[in-house]
Amino acid sequence: MQVPIILKKNDIPKLSKYAKLKFDIVRNKWIINAPERVLEINESAAEILQLINGKYSIKTITNKLKIKNSNAPKDKILKDVIKLLQLLADKRFVIK
Amino acid sequence: MKSKYIEIPYAILCELTHRCPLSCPYCTNPVELEKKSNEIDTNTWKKIITEASNMGVLQVHFSGGEPTIRKDLGELIRHANLLDLYTNLITSAVLLNEDKIKELYDFGLDHVQVSFQDTNAKSADKIAGYKAHNKKIEICKSIRKIGLPLTINAVMHRQNLHNLEAMIKMAVDLDAERIEVAQVQYYGWALKNVEAFLPSREQLDITTKLVDKYKKKLKGILVFDYVVPDYYARKPKVCLGGWAKRFINITPSGTVLPCHAAESIDYLKFDNIKDKSLSWIWKNSSAFNEFRGSSWMSEPCMSCDRKEIDWGGCRCQAYALTGDPYATDPTCELSPHRKVLDKPLSKVSRKKIPDFVYRKRKVNKRKNIGIGHNSQRILKKN
Repeated sequence: MQVPIILKKNDIPKLSKYAKLKFDIVRNKWIINAPERVLEINESAAEILQLINGKYSIKTITNKLKIKNSNAPKDKILKDVIKLLQLLADKRFVIK
Repeated sequence: MKSKYIEIPYAILCELTHRCPLSCPYCTNPVELEKKSNEIDTNTWKKIITEASNMGVLQVHFSGGEPTIRKDLGELIRHANLLDLYTNLITSAVLLNEDKIKELYDFGLDHVQVSFQDTNAKSADKIAGYKAHNKKIEICKSIRKIGLPLTINAVMHRQNLHNLEAMIKMAVDLDAERIEVAQVQYYGWALKNVEAFLPSREQLDITTKLVDKYKKKLKGILVFDYVVPDYYARKPKVCLGGWAKRFINITPSGTVLPCHAAESIDYLKFDNIKDKSLSWIWKNSSAFNEFRGSSWMSEPCMSCDRKEIDWGGCRCQAYALTGDPYATDPTCELSPHRKVLDKPLSKVSRKKIPDFVYRKRKVNKRKNIGIGHNSQRILKKN
């Protein structure tokens, strides 16, 4: 049986086959295609999700976001990243 | 008429065929099915998919009948995949084997939905009118072995709701990502059998509690999609996000519909893909514009603050139950026709469950049409 994933900062997340991130040129926004669902992604979530590649750890993703958004405190970025990815992991959109 | 705001569609459902080996009594396909000889060909389906992609469609569902009967399924999946569309196969799985699944996977299939009639072969096969259950289990294992995401479509009703916990356990054991706890919807053929399948209020309350419990317990393991039978709801459900807002259904013969059951509103004129382009139909077809937006509504919908939430509920259900497709869906507590639900609801408390009528193929008079017509006989033999 599957075990639920609890994401921590050293984990390396990736998107499951069940969920596919793409940029929709018709609507001009990022979306996730999932079974019978299309999730429209806001800009900050899209920034995080584009860094998920099965190679970067959550810590690395946070560092990369920090370089792009120098005003935001790192702790806050890390918290936001984990919050979003955990939400998606609960739906089996994100695995590690 | 006031011009109506036309949105970008999200999904098309390709009903590749009406042929199906199963004879489920709650089949929501029309009473009159399309013949094989009327089915549109591979190139026409490809043209539809290409055009859908250009219009902004993101997902293609392959359904039926049983879509795996069509030999070109793999080719169509590949075509959609090359256009970067999300592909979903809705199947009974009984005609699949591991090699075929592998082939569809290699062509770029993203997700499979397998329907289940019950949790044990005896009862499930009785409902399907076909020895299907054990085969479905075997195929689901192959689907997961190959690495394809899986949804279990659990079709629940009066005669199997007591097995819901076993159904959830089965989905977990099969390592499905998702389960749809789907109550029978009473359209098409299914309306004949409403009294055999409509659950009692008590059964429904137990179901809702169970689903809530397991949703929490299985967070991160199994995702739930739960649809309450609307005969018991206070408000109607929004149908496919609203008429002609997000969704396009294409029948085996190429008729383009705003919803799967729309042809039951028999005075509407539907366009066919052999005559018109998909985008022309989406924008201009009189059937799509008939109930698009909210200007067609009458009271109590017109002044209701939910009119752009549920969009007046289901037009097909309003027509089937009241004879007026502009009427408020009778499953709404504000509907003046709410009492039409009393007859089926009054019978659910009876102890004896009425017999159901198996789906039969009403297409033409020839004796051997496709496969599966002997399914009831096969069942008796076993």
